[in-house]
Amino acid sequence: MTEVARAPRRSTEWLPPLLVFVGVLVLWEGSFTVLGVQSFLIPRPSLIWGALVSEWPTLQRGVLYTGAEALGGLAVGVTLGSIAGLATARWATARQTLVPLATGASTIPIIAFAPIAINWFGFESMLPRITIVALMTFFPVMVNTIRGLTNVEPAALELMGSYATPPGQVLWKLRIPNALPYWFTALRIAVTLSVIGAVVGEFFGGPLYSLGIYVTNQTGSFKYPNAWAAIVLACVLGIVAYLAAVALERIVIPWQRHRDEAA
Amino acid sequence: MANPSSASSSTAESGGPAVARAVVEVAKVSKTFGTGPGAVTALDGIDVSIGEGEFVSLIGPSGCGKSTLLRLIGDLTSPTSGIVTVNGKPARRARLDRDYGMVFQAPVLMDWRTIQANIELPLEIMGYDRDDRTKRSADLLRLVELEGFGGRHPWQLSGGMQQRVAIARALAFDPKLLLMDEPFGALDEMTRERMNLELMRIWNRTKTTVVFVTHSIPEAVFLSTRVVVMSARPGRISRVVDVDLPQPRTADTRESERYFELVTTVREALRRHESDAPIAADADRIRAEGLG
Repeated sequence: MTEVARAPRRSTEWLPPLLVFVGVLVLWEGSFTVLGVQSFLIPRPSLIWGALVSEWPTLQRGVLYTGAEALGGLAVGVTLGSIAGLATARWATARQTLVPLATGASTIPIIAFAPIAINWFGFESMLPRITIVALMTFFPVMVNTIRGLTNVEPAALELMGSYATPPGQVLWKLRIPNALPYWFTALRIAVTLSVIGAVVGEFFGGPLYSLGIYVTNQTGSFKYPNAWAAIVLACVLGIVAYLAAVALERIVIPWQRHRDEAA
Repeated sequence: MANPSSASSSTAESGGPAVARAVVEVAKVSKTFGTGPGAVTALDGIDVSIGEGEFVSLIGPSGCGKSTLLRLIGDLTSPTSGIVTVNGKPARRARLDRDYGMVFQAPVLMDWRTIQANIELPLEIMGYDRDDRTKRSADLLRLVELEGFGGRHPWQLSGGMQQRVAIARALAFDPKLLLMDEPFGALDEMTRERMNLELMRIWNRTKTTVVFVTHSIPEAVFLSTRVVVMSARPGRISRVVDVDLPQPRTADTRESERYFELVTTVREALRRHESDAPIAADADRIRAEGLG
């Protein structure tokens, strides 16, 4: 019954933003043509679309390359962040040593760090961007993991205590499931950060077709629609990654959504 | 019976004739939170003995330490002085031996588990194998009259149903003792009365010893074989009222004259330690509630 009731709500959820999006595109195209806005400021949607089509072979490689960097960095950052969070919640020593260290690491300015990372791994390697993305995504994941593992209902801990539950099982049966919604919130943040981190990292070096380098080069040679096409693709990459994270969340923790709806 | 020490058990000393073996023994227990001038004495000189098969309610104003006393019995907190014994062993040993089940005011169900899996949680922790777990949870779902709900999730159940699941979970491993901390406090009056009847039905079948914390006088009288009335600041036992209402308790119990007398007795025991508000008006209200 709820499944049936949910279906029509879906279209009412999706339709308004879609209409607004199309409306903005039409208005943008029309007003820019009438007012004669120069394309080096912001090109019209039709020009960007044209660039997207004609430059597709290069852009496609760029999307795949930058996407791979983002994904690789995300995997490293999320894994390390989760492990650090688990260790921190489990052992007080880890809490005292890791958290200040991680907080310090998270304040490193990425712009300053990028050239140094390139020094370490070289221009052609993906590793500088993977390092940057890992550094950016590590912190939110660690912080939220710690919060989710420790922010447990006191009565639930008493319940486990009343069964004389060993700590390992408290972690496995209570703390980790409790942390999953927090962890997925962090994942959503990390996923969007990962694309931004990869593109920004590429400004300091990378193959010519990578999205960051491509945007820099095309702007330098006044091919603004091309640069914008790459920017649009970076956005699409981020949106797709975000939606994938949301979809994963719905599969892994379906109870959370029902709880939100019940509330 | 083969135990030679049973002759000198503490129940014999208390002098009660043919008193059942004590499941809970609380001796000279005090509990102070904090130290120095800011210290709060939650419980002071508590002595209580609860026999097998008894249903004992702890009632008193907020701050009288009734929940703290329950937690001391369950070894979820430790006394500042005195001794708590459960099933003849220190409370800590009893907790480690999983001698009691606990029900809280909130159902504390795990949203990520189905109703059946929630009931099986203690069984999983205690290492029962899958067949045993499935059999036990099926029995318990029947006991709390939630057959057919095993595959649902907690959020799909009403508050009263969730609390029944919590009771089933507490009984899953067949503990000798059930500790209940205001389990129906968050429910509306109608649901609460229904749950009281339900609990009596379950208690009559399982014969578990129950220690029940409540702030509702009618509830305490209706359910209990004994009501322990407590006063606050510091928490002390001010009176123990034996409830001689016939078993099994039914909806008719609430309308009997003896029930009203006992409600008044408990009420007056509570009043003695408080300001003198009009008692008659309250007794009328209880009477009206009981009949309505």
